[in-house]
Amino acid sequence: MAVSKIWVFAEATNGKVANITLEMLAKARELAGTVEAVYGGADADAVAAELGAHGATTVHATGDLGGALAGVPVGAAIAAAVDAGNGPDAIFLGTTYDGRDVAGRLSVRLDAPVITNVVDIAERDGSLVGIEPVFGGTQNVITKFTSDKTQIFLIRPKSFAAEEAGGAPAAVAALAVPEVGSTAGATIVNRHVEEKTGPSLDDAAVVVAGGRGMGDAEKYQLVEDLAKLLHAAPGASRAIVDAGWVPYSYQVGQTGKVVKPTVYIAAGISGATQHLVGMKGSKHIIAINKDPEAPIFSVADLGIVGDVHKVMPKLIEALQGR
Amino acid sequence: MPGANFGTMNVVVCVKQIPDPADPGALDPTTKTLKRDGKLILDESDAYGVEMALQLVDTAGGGEVTLVSMAPNSEVSGLRTALAMGAAKAVLVSDDALKGSDALSTAKVLAAAIKRVEGADLILAATESSDGYTGTVPEQIAEVLGLPSITFAKGISIDGSTVKVDRQTEAGYDEVTAPLPAVVSVTAGVVEPRYPSFKGIMAAKSKPVDEVKIADLGLDASNVGWAGARQEIVEVATAEAREAGEIVEDDGEGYTKIVAFLENLKII
Ligand SMILES: Cc1cc2nc3c(=O)[nH]c(=O)nc-3n(C[C@H](O)[C@H](O)[C@H](O)COP(=O)(O)OP(=O)(O)OC[C@H]3O[C@@H](n4cnc5c(N)ncnc54)[C@H](O)[C@@H]3O)c2cc1C
Ligand SMILES: Nc1ncnc2c1ncn2[C@@H]1O[C@H](COP(=O)(O)O)[C@@H](O)[C@H]1O
Repeated sequence: MAVSKIWVFAEATNGKVANITLEMLAKARELAGTVEAVYGGADADAVAAELGAHGATTVHATGDLGGALAGVPVGAAIAAAVDAGNGPDAIFLGTTYDGRDVAGRLSVRLDAPVITNVVDIAERDGSLVGIEPVFGGTQNVITKFTSDKTQIFLIRPKSFAAEEAGGAPAAVAALAVPEVGSTAGATIVNRHVEEKTGPSLDDAAVVVAGGRGMGDAEKYQLVEDLAKLLHAAPGASRAIVDAGWVPYSYQVGQTGKVVKPTVYIAAGISGATQHLVGMKGSKHIIAINKDPEAPIFSVADLGIVGDVHKVMPKLIEALQGR
Repeated sequence: MPGANFGTMNVVVCVKQIPDPADPGALDPTTKTLKRDGKLILDESDAYGVEMALQLVDTAGGGEVTLVSMAPNSEVSGLRTALAMGAAKAVLVSDDALKGSDALSTAKVLAAAIKRVEGADLILAATESSDGYTGTVPEQIAEVLGLPSITFAKGISIDGSTVKVDRQTEAGYDEVTAPLPAVVSVTAGVVEPRYPSFKGIMAAKSKPVDEVKIADLGLDASNVGWAGARQEIVEVATAEAREAGEIVEDDGEGYTKIVAFLENLKII
């Protein structure tokens, strides 16, 4: 094996391990004999069973971070373990809010580079390589590390399928956070949770996404209506998120969510490369756009060249009648 | 003591100058990295940081905005755009030895350049650049400088010697505070960037741009650029293309195609 020990940076909300973590564990199991998790939080005991079931034998836990953002303390703790000779050969982190912070801090502490935007990891000539899509996923860049430092990979969500391995709960081991000096101090003082109803972009079997071609914020209602009828999650291009029609949490693409539903319906979306990387992995793609040259049609299984304001109301009416 | 100087706020903004995203990108066949030889423009993602910085200085009632950029060929067009928006001056690191720098080397160079700016209370960057989008540079800069940092800001305010940030999260947002000086990365939508005025564009032409080489920053050429990169692109492969689908002109009945497609998949 190219590497014998991989650590996966684990994230969880209210004791439920994030999908990205489970996805990375599945891939890590393919690549290394020893797979362990690193966790920055007080409730390692609560997540140990799920991490174990997905193949982590140990969870190295920092304990309560006292409201600190994860980047500094978790990055420092991993670096200290590596310096002490107890670290992994490679570490996988998700392209998430905290995953990127930890990767950045860790990279400086270890003086080791990060391979970012990874959608696949493979073994080649005895070392790990990261595969990163460029130009809207039309090409893949394959990158390897040339130093013998810990290999840090930042992995995009939905790159691998999570899969239970049926392991026992992971053993919880204390991971000491060293003194972090002047880098300390970024502290969460309050949390705001935006209530959402209906299926989420992460889990929905169908996603209906709207773009600037919807015309205005009010007409986006057609997307919401269609989504409701199909038990789908509504999504959006960045153009209409930036315009303030819908919240950021709706955004699909490079700087938003990566989705892989059974069916993705793109309404009034041109199909810019940054949008395509977020939805090209969908099983089936339907596009409605009035411009026959729109790049979205190059990835569509069914393309309707037409006006969303004509096609969608009829579609909604037809579905309501069923 | 940063921030103690009541009424002044000095903000450094990292701004990247990039090839126009409207032009189709291409990879250099030998180095397999993005070509950067044409004219460069201000990365739109950084316009938000510049605007935020200008507003914070304005609110404080004094101080100035300094730009820091690393770019090949002494490129200044992107910097001039940000100077025209109202930044006071710029530090540009331009050196042949920098070609091929990875994110970590870039952060080391930018951190060294930021140290040349005296009395910086706050350092802003974008969450990710439009052409590189590693999204790690701001956090790496903070670690090199030994500063706290807050990423993904969708709102920033200053209270004495503390920066308060609304940080985007999966579920909504967190209110996060940090002592100054600190590094903060901003998202699009933190503020609406202004368009440079004619007066601003004229004034920008005579604003100082301090161009430095890596030796001026006390950095070693063997640690940056191709020489310092410890990752290597081994191959560029064409991704599997999706099979061409059925594209039909809507004749008023186009919706029935969608209904049939969804029925076939047993979605409805
Ligand atoms: C660094 C960076 C990151 C980015 N990240 C993302 C991201 O994560 N997600 C994302 O989506 N974008 C992202 N973008 C933006 C992206 O480049 C595009 O600008 C954006 O996706 C365009 O959104 P749109 O398709 O809604 O708008 P437009 O490109 O304006 O397209 C509108 C489409 O609607 C069609 N249309 C107009 N009227 C009608 C009608 N009546 N009926 C049918 N069709 C109609 C038009 O033909 C056109 O194709 C990013 C850009 C950068 C630089
Ligand atoms: N060469 C550069 N010059 C100035 N700022 C940069 C440079 N590279 C990255 N940055 C800053 O760091 C942010 C994140 O970049 P990246 O990590 O490459 O996605 C950018 O949006 C800029 O604010």
